[in-house]
Amino acid sequence: MTEGAEVLALREFSVRRGDLPVVDRVTLSVAGGECVGLIGPNGAGKTSLMRGALGILPHEGRASLAEMTPRARARAAAWMPQAREVAWPVTVETLVTLGRTPHLGLRGPGAADRAAVERALHRMGLGPLRDRIATELSGGEQARALIARALAQETPLLMADEPIAGLDPAGQIRTMEVFAALAGEGHAVIVSLHDLGLAARHCSRLVMMNRGRVVADGTPAEVLSPANLSAVFHVRAHHAHTADGPVFQPLGVTGEG
Amino acid sequence: MSDRRLLGALGALLLVLFVASLAIGPAGEGFGASMRALFTGEGGPIVAVMREIRLPRALLGLMIGATLGLSGAALQGFLRNPLAEPGLIGISGSAALGAVIALQTGLAAAFLLALPLAALAGAVIAVAVLMALAGPRGTALTLILAGIAVSAFAGALTALVLNLSPNPYAAADIVFWMMGSLADRSMVQVWLALPFMLTGSVMLLSLGRGLDALTLGEDAAEAMGVNLARLRLVLVLGTAAVVGAGTAVAGAIGFVGLVVPHVLRPYTGGRPSRLMPASALGGAAMVLAADVAVRLIAPDRDLKLGVLTALVGAPFFLRLIWQTRRAGR
Repeated sequence: MTEGAEVLALREFSVRRGDLPVVDRVTLSVAGGECVGLIGPNGAGKTSLMRGALGILPHEGRASLAEMTPRARARAAAWMPQAREVAWPVTVETLVTLGRTPHLGLRGPGAADRAAVERALHRMGLGPLRDRIATELSGGEQARALIARALAQETPLLMADEPIAGLDPAGQIRTMEVFAALAGEGHAVIVSLHDLGLAARHCSRLVMMNRGRVVADGTPAEVLSPANLSAVFHVRAHHAHTADGPVFQPLGVTGEG
Repeated sequence: MSDRRLLGALGALLLVLFVASLAIGPAGEGFGASMRALFTGEGGPIVAVMREIRLPRALLGLMIGATLGLSGAALQGFLRNPLAEPGLIGISGSAALGAVIALQTGLAAAFLLALPLAALAGAVIAVAVLMALAGPRGTALTLILAGIAVSAFAGALTALVLNLSPNPYAAADIVFWMMGSLADRSMVQVWLALPFMLTGSVMLLSLGRGLDALTLGEDAAEAMGVNLARLRLVLVLGTAAVVGAGTAVAGAIGFVGLVVPHVLRPYTGGRPSRLMPASALGGAAMVLAADVAVRLIAPDRDLKLGVLTALVGAPFFLRLIWQTRRAGR
């Protein structure tokens, strides 16, 4: 499954908030070609794991990305925070070009940068919106523009924190398909999400977190076992393999919850 | 609008206002004679008027306006807030406090540079306190809060000095100084402020790319390789250098750093890196225009420059709030 080169390595990796470990001695390796879904209940440590791995949060243990210089790291991994922030009324094209920041030479965007921006705009279907003001777009369009920004960075690894939250069903599916396609081209994608059905369908690998620990890591079928679902999410679910691919539907709440 | 056309238009406006600032004054000599006196040094008493009064006044207006516009654009970019301005982080209030103490203690009368040097010292202390309060990993919010605290404390101490002032003439001096003015300055002030303003401006202009990236928020900018701690340090030091020097030689001139970036933002595509040079030219034009207006409106009443910029700026500020309120609905 992991035929690509390793793009992220965490070893005995912890992030603390005060004395409390929000990520607790995690060891994880992600390689090119993988679309990794990071799942877990609220407060499981998904966001802290990704921010810590980038070196944005203070951490203990080893994180391969955090050991790089900021510029090298920015060429190795793109990060899409959950907050969709666009401070100024810039055009969509300008917004996407910001993704080229770590690649820019002294003279600003060159031909290679413009080509990367075009590829990202095209992949997200933003061609007709390129001259629109990003702050005046609908939530879904803005989310697409911000994904295009991260794509324009053209890094071996893309990490996205709940990128499909708040999108309509078509937007959610399209976004997950883009991530799966990126993995098919040899990139690695780590995406945190709460929709286990989409995770089961589009991710090649799931990493399940609970209280700061990685409690399961493997194919969606392995990770979304009734025992794991009950212990971590306190739900039971219907999980079937159909001609249309895997179908996963949570059915009810179990036990403590 | 393209960068070149915008900067060209602002530069042309600035040139006209600079010449107007040189040409207008109570000496009432003809334009040709004034310019000849300035460049050739011939023409009797008008030479001294041009070289020792009007030229430093126009140069200071240009420098102070440019740096106010530039630092306003940089601060708004960093804080991602169009309501930010250089006074917000407490530098100008602290510089004013330093100057007020110099005036009150009589130090200002003792030697020419005592007042500007005391003001610069005030700005330096403000930076040290800001950095201690906001810490190495603080966010934009901690910087605003620390700035407001510094600003309020400096304002309170300034009021205390006025309150305890036993001498009404010194108190009047202080009040007039705080209103901000370019009148009766000389080349000494120009040479004093210039190195600080040049250094600070270079520091601020170097931040363009990082400020652009900050459009996407602190997390995204940091993940794109922007060193936020360094950016913030350079921003605060650069702002302190230009605003401290400006306040030291001309007193507090408000609203330029707030209004100019806001007016020019739509013409720069919202990008801080493009807004900064445009705001520098625009700020210089606004201060020169206000200084010319001060001389035209009330030539013999000594109308203060800071009063005029605030008079024009405050209604604009209200309109800004009005627009923000409507946009938020």
